[in-house]
Amino acid sequence: MKELLSSTLAGLGQGSIYALLALGFVIIYKSMRVISFAQPALMLAGAVLVSYLVGPFGFILAVILGVVGIALLGLGLERTVIRPMVGKPVFVVAIITLGIDIALRVVINGFIGTDVRQVGDPWGFSRVSFLGVTVQERYIAMFLTTVVVITVLFAFFKYTRLGLATRAASFDQETALAQGISVSTVFAMAWAIAGGLAAIAGTFVATGVGVDQQLWIIALKALPAIILGGLDSLGGAVVGGLTIGVVESLVATYQSDFAPWLGDNFSVVSPYVVMLLVLLVKPYGLFGTREVERV
Amino acid sequence: MSAPTTTPPERPAGRKPRQLSGRPGLYTSYSQHLRLLNTRPKLVAVLALVLLAFAMPWLAQDNTLSLLGLACAASIGAIGLNIVTGYAGQVSLGHAFFLAIGAYTAAVLSGDPAGRTIGFGVTNVVVWLLAAGLVAALFGVLVAPLATRLRGLYLAIVTLGLVFIGEHVFKEWRGLTGGAGVGRPGPVPELFGVNLADSGDVFTSDQKLYLLMLVCLVVFGVLARNLARSKVGRAFAAIRDRDIAASVIGVNLAHYKMIAFAVSSFYAGVAGALVYTITGFIEPTSFNLLLSVQYIAMVLIGGVATISGSIMGAFFITLLPALTRESPTILPFISNDASAPLNVFQVETVLYGLLIIGFLIFEPRGLFGIWTRIRNYWKAWPFSY
Repeated sequence: MKELLSSTLAGLGQGSIYALLALGFVIIYKSMRVISFAQPALMLAGAVLVSYLVGPFGFILAVILGVVGIALLGLGLERTVIRPMVGKPVFVVAIITLGIDIALRVVINGFIGTDVRQVGDPWGFSRVSFLGVTVQERYIAMFLTTVVVITVLFAFFKYTRLGLATRAASFDQETALAQGISVSTVFAMAWAIAGGLAAIAGTFVATGVGVDQQLWIIALKALPAIILGGLDSLGGAVVGGLTIGVVESLVATYQSDFAPWLGDNFSVVSPYVVMLLVLLVKPYGLFGTREVERV
Repeated sequence: MSAPTTTPPERPAGRKPRQLSGRPGLYTSYSQHLRLLNTRPKLVAVLALVLLAFAMPWLAQDNTLSLLGLACAASIGAIGLNIVTGYAGQVSLGHAFFLAIGAYTAAVLSGDPAGRTIGFGVTNVVVWLLAAGLVAALFGVLVAPLATRLRGLYLAIVTLGLVFIGEHVFKEWRGLTGGAGVGRPGPVPELFGVNLADSGDVFTSDQKLYLLMLVCLVVFGVLARNLARSKVGRAFAAIRDRDIAASVIGVNLAHYKMIAFAVSSFYAGVAGALVYTITGFIEPTSFNLLLSVQYIAMVLIGGVATISGSIMGAFFITLLPALTRESPTILPFISNDASAPLNVFQVETVLYGLLIIGFLIFEPRGLFGIWTRIRNYWKAWPFSY
């Protein structure tokens, strides 16, 4: 029972990372109907930037600067590469983001080098125990940070003018334009927010274990999360991310006992298995808008 | 002033369309337009190109031949991806998975029964090549139901998931694949009692393998071209352009999407088997997302929904590493050392990304589009139109 609880808590922590990444995907998807495959590169860039800034500035300030830096990077990418493609088929734009991801990751890998870089977080692998349930501090930090970030983000979309503009633009771009909303600002902001979220997620993924060249693969686990929640649902992204995190953690804990024939590290691919199963039952996810046209 | 043209009268079906004298370029029937080699320059150029390709073993060095053979094999895979993504419009990021299925089917069938990994010792090329294609096609049919329920980017993500699940299975199933970092030998190509991978008196192994790849490419290229101009090809195009409209005019979406995935996977399986015959070694971690992206790059750089474009793209991407490996001699700041800050491997990967972006922004029709522009320019030369 205690094992189950601590595994679930660790899963919630890891899942909150997926939730942040998934929110990035969903925000871009809602504004331009495109899945940005550049998110892994942005996440890796965030972790690397923080690992360089943490020396002179300390952890908290480094994370803030890292978020701003990657948000600007996302803004720059949107302005230079994505903007000329507005109006082209979504497949084309998605493949372009894939190209960005590949090119950008090579550049970032040059900054990582062959060793593991540390982000200098205050938690490391230290644990706390509460009523006999042990959980790593970093998972608690991840979860709390995510709660704060998500609250701010939802408040932003609900109560600010720009948030309202974003919702209007995602509802109907042309009508929003006719009402005087600058859709290009909305696009730019979506990429900036997605970049910032990716930077936070990257930093937290790297807590304890450090940054290496394989870290980017974790960002792709947000894809099962958004499929699970539905591509265009912010709440769904959070629920999907947490679910995927918990499933992965539970599989990691129990699979070697119950299904050893699935091989080592099956937990790494379990999100994709969950995704396939969900899609067979609910093709548009748990909270996604069901498209009316049937094919 | 042009000569007054008369519209050709309707011809009863079944009669052979007549070529108008003095107007060799004028089509008088739809079937003429749809012919495989519909103009004389095209006929001459294609024949010359095929002849040149078959003369290559006597013209080129062995290491060049092995690279060209690899490009021929990759072309088959690119044609396969182009069938499902270019013609039928179903975005697939899972091509690496189907390549792997083909490669392992062929390797298992032709493998040494006494070896470390599973093998049945059936070394006949024809047998394991068809088996590789068919097993891959079977997996394609299994994936197709997902494609009929999903569309667009949902499908892209699902096929991406397929690559990750496949990679895990291949890494863990050590009896089949040898495990990560160990791998297993590739398929053994034997035809009419001759092992094509051994150098004989007349031909070296590279020459024989190149000819095998070339014959396969010609056969599968013509087959794909014929598929594209048939009823099935037109159904694919209808689904790609507007799936709802297609289903309204009577195209059975589930049926044709399944055909698209089956044929595409068949080609991928064949390509996987052939590629790893040349490299001679299969490493389970090589079937990753980057491999899928390479094939997408071939299709996009070559030209979406064209067979000749797929071949051009495959040659371009396969020969690209050979070019970048040479780059340090011209650009001294690029290093050949894999641990240096800017090395040829990084340049190569960056180029994949940048080429995809560049072609999509500046020439969405790919190399085929560039070729069309060149052709149209010289058609009317020296006049601009």
